[in-house]
Amino acid sequence: MSNATSDHDHEHKPYQQHHFDDMQQQTQSTLLGIWLFMAQEILFFGGMFAAYTIYRILYPTAWAMGSATQNIWLGMFNTIVLIGSSLSIVLAVHAARQNQKWQVMKWFTITMLLGLVFFGVKSVEYRAKWDHGLVPGLHWDDAHALHTLQEHAGDVHGGEGAITELPEGIQLYYSLYFVMTGMHALHMIIGFGLAIWIMIKNARGCFNAEYYPHIEYFGLYWHFVDIVWIFLFPLLYLV
Amino acid sequence: MNDSAKTEPKLNYLNAGNTVKSWLFTVDHKRIGVMYLASIVVFFLVGACAAALFRMELATAAPDVFSNDTYNKLFTMHGIIMVFFFLIPAVPGVLGNFLVPIMIGAKDVAFPRLNLASWYIYMLGGSFTLAAVLLGGIDTGWTFYTPYSSVYADSNVILAGTGVFITGFSSILTGLNFIVTVHKMRAPGMRWMRLPLFIWAQYATSIINILGTPVLAITLLLVVFERGFGFGIFDPAKGGDPVLYQHLFWFYSHPAVYIMILPGFGVVSEVLACFSRKRIYGYEFVAFSSLAIAAIGFFVWGHHMFTSSQSEYAALIFSILSFLVGIPTSIKIFNWTATLYKGSIELTAPMIYTLGFIGLFMVGGLTGLFLATMAINVHLHDTYFVVAHFHYVMVGGMMMAWLSGIHFWWPKMFGKMYNEFWAKVGAVVIFFGFNFTFFPQFIAGYMGMPRRYHVYDVAYQPFQMLSTAGAFFMGAGLIICLVTLVASLFRKESCGSNPWKATGLEWTTADSPPHPHNFEAPVVVDVEAYDYTDERIYQDA
Repeated sequence: MSNATSDHDHEHKPYQQHHFDDMQQQTQSTLLGIWLFMAQEILFFGGMFAAYTIYRILYPTAWAMGSATQNIWLGMFNTIVLIGSSLSIVLAVHAARQNQKWQVMKWFTITMLLGLVFFGVKSVEYRAKWDHGLVPGLHWDDAHALHTLQEHAGDVHGGEGAITELPEGIQLYYSLYFVMTGMHALHMIIGFGLAIWIMIKNARGCFNAEYYPHIEYFGLYWHFVDIVWIFLFPLLYLV
Repeated sequence: MNDSAKTEPKLNYLNAGNTVKSWLFTVDHKRIGVMYLASIVVFFLVGACAAALFRMELATAAPDVFSNDTYNKLFTMHGIIMVFFFLIPAVPGVLGNFLVPIMIGAKDVAFPRLNLASWYIYMLGGSFTLAAVLLGGIDTGWTFYTPYSSVYADSNVILAGTGVFITGFSSILTGLNFIVTVHKMRAPGMRWMRLPLFIWAQYATSIINILGTPVLAITLLLVVFERGFGFGIFDPAKGGDPVLYQHLFWFYSHPAVYIMILPGFGVVSEVLACFSRKRIYGYEFVAFSSLAIAAIGFFVWGHHMFTSSQSEYAALIFSILSFLVGIPTSIKIFNWTATLYKGSIELTAPMIYTLGFIGLFMVGGLTGLFLATMAINVHLHDTYFVVAHFHYVMVGGMMMAWLSGIHFWWPKMFGKMYNEFWAKVGAVVIFFGFNFTFFPQFIAGYMGMPRRYHVYDVAYQPFQMLSTAGAFFMGAGLIICLVTLVASLFRKESCGSNPWKATGLEWTTADSPPHPHNFEAPVVVDVEAYDYTDERIYQDA
């Protein structure tokens, strides 16, 4: 991509794309683009949050019991892990600003390791749902589900064993749980792919202290994914 | 393309490379626009063939050509392909990609590779949907209403839903690209109030694309999960609410009609100004009414659900808001009409399409007000009146505007002028064919004929027969139009850079076809849009 009509006075940096007049224009365009992307992401998750809100209002008992079956401590641990990964990606951006290539590598690696820990815990939780017959459609077992609810939902309905049948809408709670956490996990997997690509570019020395947009924007994306979890954790586990 | 390279030694985007690879890996927004044109025409023809087939069936009240099941699959295929693969991407994908950077004096869109990716995403989504058709088709209607789509219909719903889901990202990326391009890539001197109205329209459309399309994406994904895995978000058996699906679906799909029509408004403003030789009357109002339509359009979705268990107060508010959309829309219509007043009107082929657009769109828009009135809506809901209404808006409005734009910018895109006589014949035949097809449906619908039945009361047969005859008339017009345009590509003589003597950077500064980088020298803008008193546009060809 060389500039065929490079008759302007601007100094051309090697990483300036041919169709931009100067680096400022390129930087501002990319930044606006990434924020618009975030806007559409919010609407994407917004559809699920809308469904969540409506069903929560319709079926408060199912929601209270469903969240009582969640393991709050695992959820809490995962929340801390993700906040930690947010910190490490900020440190990666900071290192990029200081032109410290290998520090960037280090913090990217730590971010991904924390992401893997999150997945490890998440798979334990998914596994437990599967074993208890709490996966709508794929592995749903009324009797087993009732038993699990009776065991955990004591706080919700005046003592253990107080419920004799499944509350209405309980499958909706678990459907939304899987869809919402699943979409969140999908965004993390996409993040892994991006992180590996950026690490390769970084190792090749594509970035320097004044040009590191991929790293910075990956940071924004990763924060976004974390923030989604910050909403999911209280909505699905705590309330 | 090889021949044109010999007769036209000047470098342009078409002769810059002749290999298949140079097209498939291009990041040039103009080539991407041409690739969209070719693929959208293919999808349009598939959708049109489906329509021709079920129109044959509907000519008589008795079932004679297809079974019930095949009929259902045909109208579903027609709807899905026309809405998601023709109407939504038609103007942004083809004309928007080609023109947005040139009109604002930029070398390309802000993210050229993303732009190419959006075409591939469109094709991928299209292949999924066509696969669903080839594997037996689906019969849910284009709206994929649950629980029919998620529990009872056959599993091709998964393929078709995934296809539409994927294609959605192509509109999101195009929208993102246009917003950033318009904000950041304007040439020096191209202030917001100097932008062509086509750009304003694309900008408003892009906002809807970014804020609406992701909601459709997640909604269809939920339907796919429900159909595929048995998750129960919308399944009443599990406590789910099918009406929630309708809310989420129309939250996108009502704004989507503005995604379809707003770019058409942009085309009409350009063509009308050119062939009236006048500045668009009330430029600022036309520009901001696009944004107003985009904004209000997000709050009217409930008028699709007057009869589906929505509370009457909600329905009342949605009804009022729906009437409100009429205001910015009529501002546009009045301003266009005022532009014609005392203009030097020239009835070229694009102008005929545009004038046809104004008339037909007005019928479509006004019948929309009937439907937004709750009491009338209850009578007309799910009748042919609704079918006629949205075809007047979508076909009479959007398709006419698209064809107008294609005819207007064809010489710019390919450097060749088509045979004007046959182009006008095509335009007139399409106009009359369209009215024969859809006007009788207003009457049939008003008399109570429900939509989506292939066997019907014999009392409605005259209307349906007229409709079928009109559809084939319109088909003939489309064929005339297609042949005329394709034939022009084999012409030897070039049309010159500004055959219409139009304003706008694409005509006054760029060649036909344009240079690979659009302009050979950096562009500086010192005039407002539509300055038809400017001597420069009348000088050379």
